[in-house]
Amino acid sequence: MANTTTEAAGAVTEAVTEATGHAAEAAGHAAQSAGMPQLDFSTFGNQIFWLAVALVLIYLVLSRVALPRIGGILADRQGKITSDIAAAEELKQKAEAAEKAYNQALIDARTEAGKIVAEARAEIQKDLDKATAKADAEIAAKAAESAKRIEEIRAGAAENVAVVAKETAEAIVAAFGGRADAGAVDDAVASRLKG
Amino acid sequence: MELAAAAALGKFIGAGLACIGMGGSAMGVGNVAGNFLAGALRNPSAAAGQTATLFIGIAFAEALGIFSFLVALLLMFAV
Amino acid sequence: MATEEHSQGLTFHPMDQFKIQPLFGEGPIHWYTPTNATLWMALTLLAIFALFVLGTRGRAIIPTRLQSVAELGYGFVHKMVEDVAGKDGLKFFPYIFTLFLFIVFANFLGLVPGAFTTTSHIAVTAVMAVAVFLTVTIVGFVKNGAGFLGLFWVSSAPLALRPVLALIEVISYFVRPVSHSIRLAGNMMAGHAVIKVFAAFAPLVLISGIGIAVTPLSILAIVAMYALEILVAFIQAYVFTILTCVYLKDALHPHH
Repeated sequence: MANTTTEAAGAVTEAVTEATGHAAEAAGHAAQSAGMPQLDFSTFGNQIFWLAVALVLIYLVLSRVALPRIGGILADRQGKITSDIAAAEELKQKAEAAEKAYNQALIDARTEAGKIVAEARAEIQKDLDKATAKADAEIAAKAAESAKRIEEIRAGAAENVAVVAKETAEAIVAAFGGRADAGAVDDAVASRLKG
Repeated sequence: MELAAAAALGKFIGAGLACIGMGGSAMGVGNVAGNFLAGALRNPSAAAGQTATLFIGIAFAEALGIFSFLVALLLMFAV
Repeated sequence: MATEEHSQGLTFHPMDQFKIQPLFGEGPIHWYTPTNATLWMALTLLAIFALFVLGTRGRAIIPTRLQSVAELGYGFVHKMVEDVAGKDGLKFFPYIFTLFLFIVFANFLGLVPGAFTTTSHIAVTAVMAVAVFLTVTIVGFVKNGAGFLGLFWVSSAPLALRPVLALIEVISYFVRPVSHSIRLAGNMMAGHAVIKVFAAFAPLVLISGIGIAVTPLSILAIVAMYALEILVAFIQAYVFTILTCVYLKDALHPHH
């Protein structure tokens, strides 16, 4: 234990000797001192000089070239954006007007079409009515003719029936060996047909 | 020589003690940031405008920690 | 004594990466000597030039990728200045944009492995912070005359408290450049130093058996810290810029 302590003390002493040696060295040429380089005052003049040079150059570069240029770019862009927005607004209004006109035209066309359709419909209706009336009249005429012909046919048929009946009656009477009186047969058939 | 050893001992202990100051600065920075966060969560719309203030506050709190760090460095390397 | 063996085998030089060395040869660093800081500042300048001059060369209405990134940065800072410092703060927009771009590009270039981080040096950030402080103070007095002192006289407080508050306000006003510069430099330095410490643990597997566990862990930690550093690189530039805007607002409109 004691041994260790002594050794440690020895090490510390050694370190301190070294440090003091360094200090002495540092005093000799401060530029390479072991301490903080930040506190080495011999380099301050150098740093301050070069810093001033750098800052002045940066200031000149910025204030002469860079900042006006960037400011100009930003102003240009702002102007462009504003004018573009205005142009867009104008175009939008134009588009809206065009749309309105288009809608108006559409409505007009629609009403026009409606009118035309109504007219056409009325005309067609008229034609149709005329045609219907004509057809009705034709049909009525045809029906009347047909009725007349049917009537004629019917009358013809009744006559034929009378003739056939008479002939049949005469034939039957002849078959029974009689002699049929034409007048009597007529009367009999007529009365039968009526009855 | 014994005196020099004592001086070396003292300066390293002093450097270590100086670092305690950095803990205080840490608490300060944490306090600033924490309170900012608490306020920002309560009123998020106002938070964006106050970030500059936040950084200024953090910078002031941190500067003192840097001072104690500097003292430690001075003790270690410059004294 | 095993641990001591490790610490003898491993080399911890977390601050070596911030050393300023002459680019060409050895020798003392005069104020004009080109150093690695000069190189990385020049690369920052070139990156800004490439993005903001070559990237916007087309002046296209529909931007290319580079141009839209440039426009994004422009709009981001422009809006920040306008929101925080007000319309009349826009006069200072090129100035603030210069600071923002320098810091953000230096931070990100510093994250390139093997790179030198110019913004991790207090000399650099202090110059910028003091420049902001002087600008703000001069603008405040030119714009408002003695009325600028009203910034320290809190008229909404009870009369008895006002002198005490004024003292506090004056002190906090003069602490501004200190915290403004050390915040940025400290953040950059801390992150890079932590990564370097983890990196020093990584070769442990070559020295000791315990390295089988430690090496993958340290590599994982480097990856995690690197991700955090990417975030920090941007946030610190943002914070520096927005604080500049806040100070500018105080100068332009000192009455609370």
